Amino acid sequence: MGELRVDTSFPLDRKPRRPSLPVKEFKGKADPDWCPGCGDFGVLNALKIALSELGLQPHDVLTISGIGCSSNLPGYINTYGMHTLHGRALAVATGAQLANHKLKVVVTGGDGDGFGIGGNHFLHVMRRNVDLAYLVMDNQIYGLTTGQLSPTSRRGMKTKTTPEGSVEDPVNPIPMAIACGATYVARGYSGNQKHLVGLIKGAIEHRGFAFVDVFSPCVTYNKDNTHDFFKERTKKLEDLGHDPTDFHAALDRAREWDETIPIGLFYKRDAPALDECEPVLASGGPLALRPPGVSAGDARWILDELM
Amino acid sequence: MADIDFAVGIGGAAGQGVATPGNILSKLFARRGLHVNAYNAYQSIIRGGHTFLTVRAGKDPIRCMGDRLDMLIPLNQDSMDRHLPRMRRGSSVLYDKGRVTPGDAAPGVQLCPLPLAEMVKSVLHYNTAAVAAVLRLAGVELKTFEAMLAEQFARKGEAVIADNVAAARAGYEYAGANFQPFPFELPSGEKRLAIATGNESLAMGGVAAGVRFYCAYPMSPSTGVLMWMARHARRLGIVVRQVEDELGVINMAIGAAHAGCRTMCATSGGGFALMTEGLGAAAMMEIPLVCIDVQRAGPATGVPTKTEQGDLWQVLGAGQGDYPRLIAAPTTIPDCFHLIPQIFNLADRFQCPAIVLADLLLSEGFATFEPEELDFNPSIDRGLVIGLDGGEPEPPEGGYKRYRATSDGIPPRALPGTPGHAHVVATDEHDQDGVLISDEFTDPHKRQAIMERRQGKMEAVLPLLDPPRFTGPVDAEVTLVGWGSTQGVIDEAVEDLARQGIAANHLQIRWIVPLQAEAIIERLQLSRRIVIVENNYSGQFARYLRSETGICAHSSIRKYDGEPFLPHHIVDGVKELIAGKTRKYVPVHEIRV
Repeated sequence: MGELRVDTSFPLDRKPRRPSLPVKEFKGKADPDWCPGCGDFGVLNALKIALSELGLQPHDVLTISGIGCSSNLPGYINTYGMHTLHGRALAVATGAQLANHKLKVVVTGGDGDGFGIGGNHFLHVMRRNVDLAYLVMDNQIYGLTTGQLSPTSRRGMKTKTTPEGSVEDPVNPIPMAIACGATYVARGYSGNQKHLVGLIKGAIEHRGFAFVDVFSPCVTYNKDNTHDFFKERTKKLEDLGHDPTDFHAALDRAREWDETIPIGLFYKRDAPALDECEPVLASGGPLALRPPGVSAGDARWILDELM
Repeated sequence: MADIDFAVGIGGAAGQGVATPGNILSKLFARRGLHVNAYNAYQSIIRGGHTFLTVRAGKDPIRCMGDRLDMLIPLNQDSMDRHLPRMRRGSSVLYDKGRVTPGDAAPGVQLCPLPLAEMVKSVLHYNTAAVAAVLRLAGVELKTFEAMLAEQFARKGEAVIADNVAAARAGYEYAGANFQPFPFELPSGEKRLAIATGNESLAMGGVAAGVRFYCAYPMSPSTGVLMWMARHARRLGIVVRQVEDELGVINMAIGAAHAGCRTMCATSGGGFALMTEGLGAAAMMEIPLVCIDVQRAGPATGVPTKTEQGDLWQVLGAGQGDYPRLIAAPTTIPDCFHLIPQIFNLADRFQCPAIVLADLLLSEGFATFEPEELDFNPSIDRGLVIGLDGGEPEPPEGGYKRYRATSDGIPPRALPGTPGHAHVVATDEHDQDGVLISDEFTDPHKRQAIMERRQGKMEAVLPLLDPPRFTGPVDAEVTLVGWGSTQGVIDEAVEDLARQGIAANHLQIRWIVPLQAEAIIERLQLSRRIVIVENNYSGQFARYLRSETGICAHSSIRKYDGEPFLPHHIVDGVKELIAGKTRKYVPVHEIRV
């Protein structure tokens, strides 16, 4: 397994590949208000490149976020977008994906949004295998609220709310995702854009729930997990001979956090996505576009039960 | 007042099968063309406790469970002991001789012991025999019941049907030979009627409205909507999801609604509390959806199986900030059906969340419908939506702006997936093109203009609403004001008062937001004595009425014990209020259920 392999074929019912739009066509109406050097720039660029290389048009994609620095992303990209409440992006995205399963739904957000306030939705969206690509810009800190402890902040980390150092263990979202039933689990680093583009393309094309945890350093409030920290430690799984179909190997690799922190595709399996399991969506096109109206036969059927 | 008005009460422990004979009787009456109202008083346990189902039938629509029982069927000793003292002359008490012994009955109450163990093959047939005995005493032929038994047990085979029919005949014959029938015979109507619970009616209202996406977390007493939807979803083409919590519910609903589905969810007060931030988000992004709060007795977990109108201020103030919303309280079980398409049309047209404030009394009660009343294809107004047909519309000159300041304040929304209209909707305050105003400068002039457009669009709702229902003589001594589910019981109390020489009229409020303040003031300024009747402690509607109209009601009748009003509670209250004994009358529920 020397090379990252991602399935780039569209499912049969998806729109066919079209000539790629230039990356600049995906520039949003607003310019990012992130701090200079923020890791989130790398993720935004990687996502735009991925959309372009996949031949997607702005209207094919619905980008949904919660609240936080990274959750401002939908405003900075030219797709349909929803900038929802803190922690609720995955729930909103589930509804939107089922309502129109022809859309490519990309969910973006931060570690606090996804693993803290939104943790319950994260858990359930994975077991349901909703067809979403979920990109978490994981900076191990609360940035927008100016530097408090995050669910992924390491034990001992000093923040404004843990001045003596945190006494809690962090969440490790990768083994959590593998164990909870996510069907595409990857980790990227915003400083390694080419590699990240591959992971994001794989996530968008994956049919089912694809999770990409991206190290996206906060240059303002996190002095521990810096670009230098990640540059030294991150190693590509494909270079480490990892087999992403091996569940147990994936769990072992996911728990490595030392001199080497692996990035890449940890785990991938094929399983029907929620919309594929929903009989109502088996035919008739996107739910949202179906006309209203109850047939005389159906009305009679309902009424007969009441008589 | 109905000519024939027949009420049966069936009491027992949870798990003892109180619902089965109750459902059979309700359905049987409806099949014979009689109107029915049924209400089950129960507790939050699966086995044990005391449940009491009242089924009332008559030729005219039955508006509440009424004050009087003609017949009591205690399935256990506890039910006999609790309810026998309430039975009056002319009524009958039917029970299993082997399991229940009567206490002292009032004069003229007929005790009807059935030796069930001797009459039928097994305990499985007790209810069948008892229902048949009721029918005999009420002068109803047996064949309708026999036909229902054949349908009910069709899957279980001929032998089971035969055993049940035999049990029914045994009960019918025994009652005929040993007990005195009622002095009337229950008539039959011209045609079969449909019968449904309020929860089923809310769900069917959703179907009629064209709901394509329904999601919920189970919570009594709203779960019936979810279960009905789940049972019917596949054939009707509705995606139904049970979600991990109500935060997930409202946000999933927002996603589905934004993508273009008519979307509905239902919960009770506790779940609604979790949804409130989401409702504000829907209003901020201007995404229409309908959220039902089926109220139960609160606060907190409260009394999960009991009714109350205690969430009015919760829905009025749901979520942070000022935001546009619609709130309506259905007034009857059939209205649970009719209101849903109406409020969806308004929500879609005005691009805002709508809240339906029902309660346990409606949601778990049964009522009859004329079959043609259930119109599953009412008129549908989706408002201004671009891309609903899946086409490729031309974007306007200068690009599509989701939140353009149009003259009516309601710019068209474009569904995700529509070419040329990509845009962002945000819960942060945003400009006409969807860009967050905090991304440039938080411009106070912009914010003011946005607030005025988003709030101001709702001013056009009021003229579209039917006026509030007012009945009775204008110059009455008393005006009873109710809201939502109390309509039927107040109607009946007004009639009872008239018979006792007290002229009352009745204003029932269905639209909470917007409140039809002018129409209400016009009616109430002529009132000699305004009495507000509501199922809560603090007079939530009385306070709301005062805040919106300046009208300070003379007095109030309030009940907050978990059980709904009975007509005599209101009649007694009015008499005490007129006599000047109090300005707040709180009835005591006579039976502990």
